[in-house]
Amino acid sequence: MSELKYFKTVKEIPREDRFAKGHRLCAGCGAAIAMKLAMKAVRGPTVVVNATGCVEVATTCYPYSAWAVPYIHVAFENTAAVASGIIEANRILNKKRGWKLYDVIAIGGDGGTFDIGLQALSGALERGHNLLYICYDNEAYMNTGIQRSGATPLGAATTTSPAGTIIPGKPQRKKDLIGIAVAHRIPYAATASIAYPIDYMNKIRKALEIEGPKVIHVLTPCVPGWRYSPSDTIKLARLAVETRYFPVYEVENGRVKITIKVDRPKPVEEFLKLQRRFAHLLKPENAHILEALKRGLEENWERLVKLEESGVII
Amino acid sequence: MSAKSDVKKILKGEFTYKTLPMSAMILSPPTSPEYKTGTWRVKKPVIDQSKCIRCLLCWVYCPDMAIMRLEDDHVKIDYDYCKGCGICVSVCPVKAIKMEEG
Ligand code: SF4
Ligand code: SF4
Repeated sequence: MSELKYFKTVKEIPREDRFAKGHRLCAGCGAAIAMKLAMKAVRGPTVVVNATGCVEVATTCYPYSAWAVPYIHVAFENTAAVASGIIEANRILNKKRGWKLYDVIAIGGDGGTFDIGLQALSGALERGHNLLYICYDNEAYMNTGIQRSGATPLGAATTTSPAGTIIPGKPQRKKDLIGIAVAHRIPYAATASIAYPIDYMNKIRKALEIEGPKVIHVLTPCVPGWRYSPSDTIKLARLAVETRYFPVYEVENGRVKITIKVDRPKPVEEFLKLQRRFAHLLKPENAHILEALKRGLEENWERLVKLEESGVII
Repeated sequence: MSAKSDVKKILKGEFTYKTLPMSAMILSPPTSPEYKTGTWRVKKPVIDQSKCIRCLLCWVYCPDMAIMRLEDDHVKIDYDYCKGCGICVSVCPVKAIKMEEG
């Protein structure tokens, strides 16, 4: 564990792994990188509460566990609720019996956060527990076989939104998780990218220092779900940011700040063309879907820039 | 009890429901290093130490903690766990890592 409050260079990242080798996430898994870096960013004694999902099934094949911290696996829907209970029990035992306070980090995938666990998450944010919730978003239910989720973007092909003659991939747009989180007036919410580890890890550090509920949403490319070559995971995570497909920003006490500026965005096609889930979008007959996807991304970026510039509290 | 003996005992079925820890808790994690994911690999990355500038990017991005950061910030691949994804090859700024057969 590092004594440093914030990381400035990769050399300052601690050697110690609290997320251990030998886990069974796919070769090139983006979520594995998100977990590894998150566990290198913790500041002290930490309990992890993990929803069902890729990370859970592949890191806790009994009797093997990749977690070097106290870890509890819970159902898809109740991650934030279980974490709330642990936090409050710890707080009371601290008061009554002098137990040490520890950090509680809840971790869920996009299915367990955007969809199934949303109610428990909303409850926890509303009650105001001192919780850090990290959503690793691979944009579909990958562990059960790539079914579309509320986080799947417009036009992406999944097994339940296949690109064919009836629909050209998912007909709906992606939910705005940070928007939902911020609507609870929580002190801190942020998006992050595994291609920018220092930014991501410092956001975790910052969130842990803030009292109250915090949400971090990290985009994690998925080799079988996005259908790309495993060596491209970091390249894709970076292109997602550089094309403004996935803006990296934070919302502190309602104020938006874009933490990774993208002054000259690359064409979003550069990000899409590496992934077979989007292959059909680059065909002329689906140009209108591609246009709609681009328009949505542009509007979202402009909205964030306006909010940042105006300093309006959301 | 050490992680090793714990896992071995469970796998051999030496625990019964009466002797397993409560909730079948794993008392000495992490136990996953007992499972060698290196067998998944098709091609293997090899580092040319003469080119490496010790930037540590491969160490930061490897999803499998299969790049070891040594005391002097040299990096070494742990083939017991490397799944051969090739991320290290693509993030190395000086192309010091190559994928080889075997
Ligand atoms: S090939 Fe993949 S698993 Fe192997 S050392 Fe490189 S990044 Fe790690
Ligand atoms: S990324 Fe390349 S230069 Fe950097 S430490 Fe790894 S092998 Fe060396």
